[in-house]
Amino acid sequence: MSILEIIKEPWPWYVAGPLIGLTVPILLIIGNKSFGISSSLRHICAACIPSNISFFKYDWKKESWNLFFVFGIFIGGFIAAYFLTNPNPVEIAPELVAKLATYGITDHSGLVPAQLFSWESLLTLRGFIMIVVGGFLVGFGTRYAGGCTSGHAIMGLSNLQWPSLAATICFMIGGFIMALLILPFILSL
Amino acid sequence: MSLENKNTDGEGINASQKKENAFANLKYLIVGIFFGIVFVKAEIISWFRIQEMFNLESFHMYGVIGCAVFVGLISVQLIKKFNIKTLDGEKIEIQPKTFSKGQIYGGLLFGFGWAITGACPGPLFAQIGTGATVIIVTLLSAIAGTWFYGLIKDKLPH
Repeated sequence: MSILEIIKEPWPWYVAGPLIGLTVPILLIIGNKSFGISSSLRHICAACIPSNISFFKYDWKKESWNLFFVFGIFIGGFIAAYFLTNPNPVEIAPELVAKLATYGITDHSGLVPAQLFSWESLLTLRGFIMIVVGGFLVGFGTRYAGGCTSGHAIMGLSNLQWPSLAATICFMIGGFIMALLILPFILSL
Repeated sequence: MSLENKNTDGEGINASQKKENAFANLKYLIVGIFFGIVFVKAEIISWFRIQEMFNLESFHMYGVIGCAVFVGLISVQLIKKFNIKTLDGEKIEIQPKTFSKGQIYGGLLFGFGWAITGACPGPLFAQIGTGATVIIVTLLSAIAGTWFYGLIKDKLPH
């Protein structure tokens, strides 16, 4: 197998995890930056719609590195999807396939299921909850918690911060409650 | 002007004293590109992988996060122990996190959103890059959520 073919295969967790972890020292060493992504949403607010809210009145330009970083993530997503495409269908746990089929979700071809997240589904109640309400919870929750998976779970835990451990545990509890108890109702809408 | 509540909300902080121009910022763009590729190739941005994680049907995401924390932890401890400097010779500073009730309430709310959308903020950008254009709406909604937090922040328990 050529190197490109190997790269095109899905990367296992023991390759991806360490690469993501390496982002922490890379950002610190190249510019004294603490890894964190959800803060980019705050900088966008500060830059575009500060609305005289004190929380958005700060020198966001000093943090503009973060906006370059997330724009890079966008480009990286594009490159990986169009030039390093996995030739095989995405493998999904058979239990999940069976469960999703009961909600009519049978298309597993993309990373983002088109039957749930599409412009057409946006106009349905289910689609609206998943696309709009879900996004709102992500933005509100991460800022209220002072960070997301990167800022708390990876950066905070790497620096042995117990508030980050509390946040990470709550992320997981919230995720379990939603996925196991509430999402089945949303999916059956 | 410094970032308000630096101590309670020290995420993604620039601790450098140096002013960086757009050209210097390109290096973060490159790290971001690398990061976005990993996100897609390891299927971390897959809604299905996140559902598998919360349904305990796959080890993948636990392995990814566990390894990332392990490597991050070792790196930060090495940086501290050997007092490693930035490329510009600055002392590396990491803001400590201060506990607030926000980590509980906000954490739970983010957990809800994470399980619904199958994405935390980073993957949202990568998902849009892969061509899932409707996720632009999710991103705008997340920005609205952040803005709404800023608006009502003082009325929330912290």
